[in-house]
Amino acid sequence: MTVSLSLENITAHYGTVKVLEDLSLHIAEGELVSLLGSSGCGKTTTLRLVAGFLEPTAGTIKLGDRDLTRLPAHARNIGLVFQTYALFPHLTVRENVGFGLKQRGVAAAERATRVNAMIERVGLGELADRHPANLSGGQRQRVALARALVIDPPLLMFDEPLSNLDAKLRVDMRVEIRRLQQANGTTALYVTHDQEEAFSISDRVAIMNAGRIMQLDRPEVLYSNPANAFVANFVGFENMIEMRAVAEAGDAVRAEIKGGGTIDLPKSQFTVPAQEFLFATRADGLQVAATGQGIACTLGLRTYIGRAYQYHCDTPAGQLVANGPLAHPFESGANAVLVPQPEQCCLLPKEA
Amino acid sequence: MKRKTHPALIAFTVLTFFFLLGPLVVILGSALSDTPFLTFPPQGLTLHWFQNIFEISAFTRTMGTSFMLAVGGTALSMLIGIPAAYALARYRVELPSFLGNVFVLPILIPEIVLGFSLMKSLASGLGTPIMATLLVGHALLVLPYCVRVVGASLNSFDFSIEEAAVSLGCPRWRAFFTVVLPNIRAGIIAGFILAFITSLNDVSISIFLTGPGVSTLPIQLLAHMEQFFDPTIAAVSVLLMGVTVAVMAVVERTLGLTFLTK
Repeated sequence: MTVSLSLENITAHYGTVKVLEDLSLHIAEGELVSLLGSSGCGKTTTLRLVAGFLEPTAGTIKLGDRDLTRLPAHARNIGLVFQTYALFPHLTVRENVGFGLKQRGVAAAERATRVNAMIERVGLGELADRHPANLSGGQRQRVALARALVIDPPLLMFDEPLSNLDAKLRVDMRVEIRRLQQANGTTALYVTHDQEEAFSISDRVAIMNAGRIMQLDRPEVLYSNPANAFVANFVGFENMIEMRAVAEAGDAVRAEIKGGGTIDLPKSQFTVPAQEFLFATRADGLQVAATGQGIACTLGLRTYIGRAYQYHCDTPAGQLVANGPLAHPFESGANAVLVPQPEQCCLLPKEA
Repeated sequence: MKRKTHPALIAFTVLTFFFLLGPLVVILGSALSDTPFLTFPPQGLTLHWFQNIFEISAFTRTMGTSFMLAVGGTALSMLIGIPAAYALARYRVELPSFLGNVFVLPILIPEIVLGFSLMKSLASGLGTPIMATLLVGHALLVLPYCVRVVGASLNSFDFSIEEAAVSLGCPRWRAFFTVVLPNIRAGIIAGFILAFITSLNDVSISIFLTGPGVSTLPIQLLAHMEQFFDPTIAAVSVLLMGVTVAVMAVVERTLGLTFLTK
């Protein structure tokens, strides 16, 4: 059973504090969408609203054509995986996994079959009669996963499920989560503050800030084409340069760099969104060169990052970070030019 | 590796144990004395005074009352205390912080004041039956122990466990019984024992609330002592000590004593 999840114009308050504002989100059947953001951005609140632990001030939540908005949490039939695993300490692995089926009144024989099959599937066959206290973190999260999956929910939700695991295990577990989710074709909502985790396993990612979705798109798009300065900053565009388009010169647009200097941006490679705009790049997007068409600078501190040398540069537009080739290291204090690499830059509208 | 212990610490420890246990040895000795008055060290050995307890009907009757009160009062207090402790822990953020202190008031208010005010308001004011008044008094007296000890185990309880149960289709009220209660069992038992012993030994509140025909063992003990200064009193004390030790032994066997001190 696969259905879609829709949040329509959700507003939520904690007391008098507004935590979500007019949030809309549609997750298609079988899709895994992540909510990504720093703490306090409203991602967990969104998940708890869908789970039924919180009630929205306004808006509708729909799972397929079922309206969940006023349905009590226990009647929503959603599989939930918690950051703290939230296993029942007084029950064995088998009893933990079987809990949901027992609540649904599934007969003991069928329950045993389904529970055993699920325990095997997550690779915990030998630990079925242990208590959670005798399991490692990774094993506990597998039990939590099995417990959520065995009820065959139309929607799976994950609340920072890997935050309590060590780095190596985090990678293994997220692959496993993705594999199980795709095998079942279950619609899924995944909450995390870890960009790599969200990008690696999601069909689409919503980057959130202050109770709003700043951009919702495929990870590839977010990574290379952020829609605004917040998202650009979030996905690692270190340099934000304010510019103003002043003239057209042949096939290029001449832009004035705030602080001094001009740059010609070829029209074939850059689309200027407005007269005043932000020029955003990662360090890789500005190549340090002795001469060329670009931003004049004085090189400062040089660091070695493996694939390149990285320079902290003083420019009329302020401090910028740029990379230079390993073959030609530049000395600190030298004058150079930062040449923009079009495929690693993006032009963003200037924010009000 | 051997840690060196300062001789003063050893002396201090021995003294502490002596002050704690010494009086108990005196009472045990007096209870066995073959004299019609309390004396220590005992002169001659007899179990007569223990037998005497059960021959004095006032003792057997009040012993029954005391046990009933301790069980009933503690149970009543738990009925209020467990939900209160749950609410205080679950809604820690939402509830005003002074609310937690309200439940400790019976410990802070002098027991004599509590007893007197209960007598004035319930027994004389509303004319409630003696047994009912005693029950309410004892429930109130032990409420802080119930709320505090149960609350301590709820504070380390991860409430997302309850949410997990709810998300799996278990209604909130049922989740409380199937998931919350089994995991705070140790706290409830510990609270029950502390409350039970406190109620069993109470004098200050009971002395105001007992009346014609109804008394508790400690009150009867006082009354007896005023009339006869014989070793029966010591024998009853030893018996009460025995009950406490027995309860502790059961706890130690089933749960381990450490959780009482946690």
